[in-house]
Amino acid sequence: MIWPHKDLVAISDLTRDEIYTILDMSTSFKEISRRDIKKVPTLRGKTVVLLFYEASTRTRLSFELAAKRLSADTTALSASGSSFQKGETIMDAALNVMAMAPDCIVIRYPYAGLPRKLARELPCSIINAGDGTHEHPSQALLDMYSMREHFGTLEGLHVAIVGDIAHSRVARSNAYGLKEVGARVTVVAPKTLLPPGVQTWGVDVSCDFDQVVKDADVVMMLRVQKERIEEKCFPNEREYTFFYGLNKRRVDMMKPGAIIMHPGPMNRGVEITHDAADGNRSIILNQVENGVAVRMTLLYLSLGGNVNGD
Amino acid sequence: MVIRGGRVIDPANNFDELADVSVRDGRIEDILPSGTSSPEGEDVIDATGFWVMPGLIDMHAHLREPGYEYKEDIATGSMAAAAGGITTVVCMANTHPVNDNPSVTQYILRKASSVGLARVLPVGAITKGLNGRDLAEMGLMKQAGIVAVSDDGRPVESAAVMYRALEYAATFSLPVLLHSEDTSLAARGVMNEGALSSRLGLAGIPAIAEETMISRDVLIAQYTGVPVHITHISTKGSLEIIRGAKQQGIRVSCDTTPHHLLLTEDAVASYDTNYKMNPPLRHEDDRHALIEGIRMNLIDCIATDHAPHAADEKALDFDLAPFGIIGFQTLLPALMKIHLEHDIDFSQLLACVSRNPARVLGIEGGTLGRGSRADVTIFDPKASWTLSEEMILSKSRNTPFIGWTFTGRVVRTILEGKTVYRAD
Repeated sequence: MIWPHKDLVAISDLTRDEIYTILDMSTSFKEISRRDIKKVPTLRGKTVVLLFYEASTRTRLSFELAAKRLSADTTALSASGSSFQKGETIMDAALNVMAMAPDCIVIRYPYAGLPRKLARELPCSIINAGDGTHEHPSQALLDMYSMREHFGTLEGLHVAIVGDIAHSRVARSNAYGLKEVGARVTVVAPKTLLPPGVQTWGVDVSCDFDQVVKDADVVMMLRVQKERIEEKCFPNEREYTFFYGLNKRRVDMMKPGAIIMHPGPMNRGVEITHDAADGNRSIILNQVENGVAVRMTLLYLSLGGNVNGD
Repeated sequence: MVIRGGRVIDPANNFDELADVSVRDGRIEDILPSGTSSPEGEDVIDATGFWVMPGLIDMHAHLREPGYEYKEDIATGSMAAAAGGITTVVCMANTHPVNDNPSVTQYILRKASSVGLARVLPVGAITKGLNGRDLAEMGLMKQAGIVAVSDDGRPVESAAVMYRALEYAATFSLPVLLHSEDTSLAARGVMNEGALSSRLGLAGIPAIAEETMISRDVLIAQYTGVPVHITHISTKGSLEIIRGAKQQGIRVSCDTTPHHLLLTEDAVASYDTNYKMNPPLRHEDDRHALIEGIRMNLIDCIATDHAPHAADEKALDFDLAPFGIIGFQTLLPALMKIHLEHDIDFSQLLACVSRNPARVLGIEGGTLGRGSRADVTIFDPKASWTLSEEMILSKSRNTPFIGWTFTGRVVRTILEGKTVYRAD
C-alpha cells in the first residue's frame, strides 16, 4: 500500500487507520534506535532540511536523529521567525530552500498556517514540527504511541490534558488524534486558558483538576508561560500551581496504574513538581525516546515508503 | 449630452423607469420619457438595455496618499473608483502624515483635482496623529474641504475624548464616522473569535470588541445629541444595538461592507490573507443579519473600506499581514449579487451607495434630480464576467474576489458631465 500523503500538516488530516499505521510501523523503527549500529539505509540519497524558526532543542534533535538513522542527509537551519516582518518573506526563504532540491522540509514556525501553505505550493514533502498555536502532529503521534505502548490500547483511555489549552498546539493535535482513535479526552484549565469554542472539539471540559485527576488514566501536563500573567489569564504562579499544578498531593490521588506525561520543556515548580515529573508514574523520557521512532516513520512514509515496509 | 433608452434608477427621487437623461454644463438638465429627447447636435449615449444611476458614493476608502504611495495613490485610486462607477470617494485620514491639519487636506484635494477622475472628499482626523488624545484642527480642516472626521484605523479609546470630540465636531457640523472597536478586546486578534479561530490557531477578535464600543459611542451620541455614524458594522449584535438606538430616537446611522455581506469567516481556513480585514469576517448568522439589516433599512449605507496593501505585505503570515482588501471595482457587481441572491430591491441597495451616504455626510450628489451634478453610472446588468488580476486598476491587488464570476458590469462613468471611465 502506498502512503497517500505527501505532507503531514495536521493530525486532523489523518484517518483513524492512518494514525494506527503510523503507530504500528513505529515499533520496528524504535528497535533500530536500540541497536548497537543505529542506522539503516532506507532513505540513503534523500535530503531532509530542518527549518526551525522558533526555539526548539528536543523536536529538532529528534527529527534530525530520525533522519540520520534512516541515512538521509540532513541540514538544520535555525533562525528567528521575526526576521520575516519585513524584507525577505518566509516564502522567499522557502523557495530558496526548494531551489536546492530537498526531498523533505521539516518546519517549525511561530505563526499558524505556513506548513499548509508550503504543502500546497512546494513539490517536496512538508512535515509540520509545530506552527504557532495551530498543530504539532508528530508530538501527538508520539504521545499516542507512548500511551498505547504503556496500556496496550488507546480505546477507552481517559486522557486529561491540563494547562494552557488555548495557546497549545500540542493540546489541539492530541485532542483531535485521541478522539479519532477512540480515547476520551478531558481538557482542564481555568476558563481563561480554554480556547473559544472548545465545546465543539468533542472533548470534555473541566476547570476542576482535583476531580479529573482521580479519574484519568493519563495526565498530560502542558507548559504554562509567564506571559499569560501579563495577558490576565491568571494572577500569578502561586495560584496557578495551587489549582492546576501536578504535585505530590494530586499524584497520590491518581488511579492505580495512571501515568504522567509532558511534551516538554517543563516549568518545574509551576505546572509540575519533581515528585510528579521524576516519579514512577512519569513516562516523560519514554515520550522522548518514542519521538525518534515515530518521526522515523513519518519521514519514511512521507518520502515514499510503502506502508508494509517493503 | 443625452443618455437614451436606459432604465433610470434614482432612489433619491423614487424614480425607476425607462427614460432619457439630458445633461448640460455638467448638470442634469432633464429626465424625459424614453425616446422623447430630441438629441440633434448632441452627444448621444445609447443606454438601451443598461441601467442608468447616480454616480456612486463610497463613504469609506483609503487612498493611501500622502505617505503610502506604494500601496495606492490618488491617481490609481481614482481610476479604480471610476471603473467601479464610483464618482465620489470619501477617503480616510490615516495617511502619512495623517490628515489632521488643513495642509494635508489641501494636498489631497489638489492632487485629486489634477487627476480629475473622481470627486475625492477627505475625512479629517478626530485627534492629532490619530493619537486618541488631542483634538485635531477640525474647523480649519473643514474650511479646507473635509466632509467628516474619523480616527478610522485607530479608534478613540478614551470615552472622555470621544465625548469632547463629538461636541467639537458638532460645532462645525462635521459628521463623525466611527470605527468602533475596543482595541484591548481585539488585542492581537486577526480573525473572528470562535471555534474556527481556535482550530486554526489564530488569535480571535471577539464580536464584543465591536459591540461594547458601539454601545459606548451610541450612549455618548444620545447624551450629547450629536449624531454618529458607525462604519463597517460586522455582527448581528452590533445591528441589534443600532436597531435599539434608532428606536429610541438616537441619531445613529451605520454602514457595512460588500465583503461582510458576501463572505464569512469560513474562508479564513485557507490562511489566505485576502480574507484578513478589520472588522473580521464573521459567522453566517452575522452575514445573514446584515443582509436583513439592509432589507429593513437598519443599515443606511454600504461602503467598500477599500484598503490597498502591497503584495509583499499581504504575502506575510496571517498573523502579520495588514488588515484590509480593495473594493472599488467589485462594489456594484457585489450589490448585484446581493440583489440576485437575496431578492433585495436593487434600488434599495443603490440607495445605500448614493442617496443615503449623501444624506449622512450632508453632501451634494447621489441623485439624478434636475439641476444636480451630472454624476452618472451606466451599468450593464446582464454582462457576465470574471475578475482577473489584470483588470484591477488599483496599485494593489489584495482582493479575495479574483476568479469570481459576477453579473453586471459598469460600462461608463460620468463625472460632472464628463466621461471618466468607459469599458472597452
